[in-house]
Amino acid sequence: MTATATSARSDLSELGRSETALRTFLHGLPGVDQVGAEQRAAQLGTRSIKTTAKAQAIDLAIRMVDLTTLEGADTPGKVRALAAKALRPDPADPSCPHVGAVCVYPAMVPYVAEVLKGSKVHLASVATAFPSGQAPLDVKLADTRAAVEAGADEIDMVINRSAFLAGRYKEVYDEIVATKEACGDAHLKVILETGELATYDNVRRASWLAMLAGGDFIKTSTGKVPVAATPPVTLVMLEAVRDFRAATGRQVGVKPAGGIRTTKDAIKYLVMVNETVGPDWLDPDWFRFGASSLLNDLLMQRTKLTTGVYAGPDYFTLD
Amino acid sequence: MFEYAPAPESRSVVDIKPAYGLFIDGKFVDPSDGGSFKSINPATEEVLAEIAEAGSGDVDRAVRAARTAYEKVWGPMPGQDRAKYLFRIARIIQERSRELAVLESLDNGKPIKESRDVDLPLVAAHFFYYAGWADKLPYAGFGPDPQPLGVAAQVIPWNFPLLMLAWKIAPALAAGNTVVLKPAETTPLTALLFAEICQQADLPPGVVNIVTGAGETGRALVEHPGVDKVAFTGSTEVGRAIARSVAGSRKKLTLELGGKAANIVFDDAPIDQAVEGIVNGIFFNQGHVCCAGSRLLVQESVADRVLESLKRRMAQLRLGDPLDKNTDIGAINSAAQLARIKELSDAGAAEGTERWSPPCELPDRGFWFAPTIFTGVTQAHRIAREEIFGPVLSVLTFRTPAEAVEKANNTPYGLSAGIWTDKGSRILWMADRLRAGVVWANTFNKFDPTSPFGGYKESGYGREGGRHGLEAYLNV
Repeated sequence: MTATATSARSDLSELGRSETALRTFLHGLPGVDQVGAEQRAAQLGTRSIKTTAKAQAIDLAIRMVDLTTLEGADTPGKVRALAAKALRPDPADPSCPHVGAVCVYPAMVPYVAEVLKGSKVHLASVATAFPSGQAPLDVKLADTRAAVEAGADEIDMVINRSAFLAGRYKEVYDEIVATKEACGDAHLKVILETGELATYDNVRRASWLAMLAGGDFIKTSTGKVPVAATPPVTLVMLEAVRDFRAATGRQVGVKPAGGIRTTKDAIKYLVMVNETVGPDWLDPDWFRFGASSLLNDLLMQRTKLTTGVYAGPDYFTLD
Repeated sequence: MFEYAPAPESRSVVDIKPAYGLFIDGKFVDPSDGGSFKSINPATEEVLAEIAEAGSGDVDRAVRAARTAYEKVWGPMPGQDRAKYLFRIARIIQERSRELAVLESLDNGKPIKESRDVDLPLVAAHFFYYAGWADKLPYAGFGPDPQPLGVAAQVIPWNFPLLMLAWKIAPALAAGNTVVLKPAETTPLTALLFAEICQQADLPPGVVNIVTGAGETGRALVEHPGVDKVAFTGSTEVGRAIARSVAGSRKKLTLELGGKAANIVFDDAPIDQAVEGIVNGIFFNQGHVCCAGSRLLVQESVADRVLESLKRRMAQLRLGDPLDKNTDIGAINSAAQLARIKELSDAGAAEGTERWSPPCELPDRGFWFAPTIFTGVTQAHRIAREEIFGPVLSVLTFRTPAEAVEKANNTPYGLSAGIWTDKGSRILWMADRLRAGVVWANTFNKFDPTSPFGGYKESGYGREGGRHGLEAYLNV
C-alpha cells in the first residue's frame, strides 16, 4: 500500500503539465450517481444529535464559522462590528468560543485587521474578481496580492468556471497555481461555485483539479448564485478530500458556504464530516462554514442548552 | 472525538398488554384448545407479552368466521365501500405509525430508524395503493368482472412483520377476499396491534382474523379444507412442504421464499454509491431480508479499491439498542437465527475464506452478530450457496460481464440482483440475462407498492405488489 501511495504521489504532480493528462485523469475518476449521493446525504441528515453531543457540536460549529459579509454596502463601521462579534460572539458568556475567521472584500480587510490584531481569529478575503471571476488573470492576481498585503491570511478565490465548463482544465489549473503563488503564506480556499457546475461529476472533477493545483481548502460557493452549499455537494467534496489524502498524503479542508442558517443544518454537516472523513477533519483548520446568520442561531441554541430556556432574539447581537 | 449521545425513542408511546388472545370474528378470544407462548425483545431477552397459541380448533373457528364474512358481507360489498375501509386503515396506520414503529423494533430487534423510515411508510403506502384498486378491478387486466377467491390463509415471516402483513392483507381485501393470517411466532405483536386497528376502523367482523402460533398453527391453517388460497413468505424448506400439502387441492398458492442475491459491481461503477448499495444490500435489517445482496460480485480490477472503501464504511456502522435513533444495526431476531448465522459463518472460516468485521462491541444480553464480510469466497463455498439470512456478505470476483451473469445465476434461488455500472446499455444487457425476479440498477433494496416483487426458481412463484399482485387474489 505504501509503495503504491508513493508512486501515485509522484504521478499526480505531473498531471498539471498537460491538458491531456489532466483531462484523462479527471475523466477517469469514478462517477457519482446522483440519486445515490443525494440519498446518502439525506440519510446522514437523520442522525439524532442530543444533549452532550449537541453541546459539543455547537461549540465546534461556532469555531468553524467564517463570519461573512460580502455586500456592496459594506462600510468600515459594519465590518469592524462584525469583527468584534467574531472575537466575542456571546458577550454575556465568556466561555463561548470565538469564530474561525471573518470573511470580507479586499477593500474592507484593513479595518477588520485592526480589530482582529493579536487574536486567533483568521482574516479571510475573497479575491480574484469575486464572485464571477470574469477578469483578466493579472487583475485577479493583483486583487489577491492586495488582500494579502492588507492583512488577510486566508484568500477565498473563485475558479474560472467559464474555462472549466468549456473543458479548458489546464487554464483553470494554471490560474489556481498562480493565485496560490500570489498568496504567499496565506491559505488558499478555492471556490468551485458548485451551483454553476451543476453535476456531481463536475464537482468531483473540480475538487480534484483544485487540490492538484495546490488549494488548501475547497469551498462550495460564493453565495451569490441561487444554488449554494447543499449536503450532497459537500458529501462529494468530502469524498474527494478523503481520496486525495489517501492518494497523496496531503490533507485539504472543506468549506460549505451559503444557505446554512440553522444549528440543525450545521450539525448535519458535522455528522457528515464525522462519518465520511472522520475526526481528522473535525477542526476549524480543516472544516469551515461560510455563513452569517448561522452564528446567531448557534448562539441561541447554545444558550438554550446551558439555561434550559430559549432567549428572545434581542438577547443576541445583530452585527 | 464526536460521540453521539444516546438518542432513544420513547417506548412509552406504545402500550403492550401482558397477554394477547386470538383475533377471530372481530374480537380477541382465548384459545379453546391451544396453550400460549412468550414473545421476547431480542435486544434484551425480556418478555414482552404472553401470546395465545392457536390450535386446530381455533384455526377452524377463524376460517369459518372468514367464510361467513366473505359470503355475507365482504364478498357482496361494492368495491368502493371496501376501498373506504382500506383507506381508513391506511390513515390509522399513518396516525399510529410511531406506536407501530416502536412496537416493531421492540419485538423484532430492527433499528427504529428502519421501522420508522422504511417499514411503516411502506405499510401505509401498500394499504393506500390497494385501496385505490378495490373499485377498479375490471380495469386491472383480468377480464371485465374478476371475482375474488374466498378465504385466504396467509403465513408471514418475522423479518418485516407488519410490512409482510400489509403485502398480504391489502391486496387480498381489495380484491374482495377475507383472510386468516398467522404472524411469525417471534414477532406477533404488530399484527395484534393491527387487529386493534381493524376494530378501530370498524372493519366488519371476520374479514381479518389473526391466529398466533408456531409451525403447527401454520400447518393447520394452510391444510384447512375451508381455505381457497394460500400465501406464504418464508423459508424455501417450509415453502416446499406447503406446496406438497396443497398439491391436488383447489387452493391457489403463491410462495415468496429465500434468496442468495448477487450484487454485481463493475469497474466503471460509481464506487462511493456502490459501497452504500452494498452496505444497504446486506446490512439493512441485519441482513434478515430474503432479497438481500448477500453475494458481492465485484470486477477483479476494482476489487481492492471497493473492499477498502467497504471496510472503511462498515467501520461507521453503529450496532446497538434498536430504539436508539442512531443505531444502524439492531439485534438478530432470535437465538435460533443467531445460531444459524454463527454456524454458517464458522463454516465459511473453516473452509478457508478470510473473515473480517470492524471493531464492534456487542451488548451482553440479547442476540447480536457483528457485520461481517468474507473475502476469497468461490462458488464452491457453503457461504456462497446457502442463505445465511444475517449480516454476512460473501465477496467473489469476476472478470467479464458474461462471467458475472454466469456466477450470479449459478444458484438455486432467483429472487433479486443488483447491477452497478455507469453504462446504461450494460444494465439492460445484464437485466435480460439475470434470472432474478427483481433487478436493481445502481440501487438496492428499493420497494414500492406499485412494483411487483417475487422470485424465480426456488425463490418461489407469484408476485406481490402492483397490478400483478392482484392476480394472486383473483379467480383468473
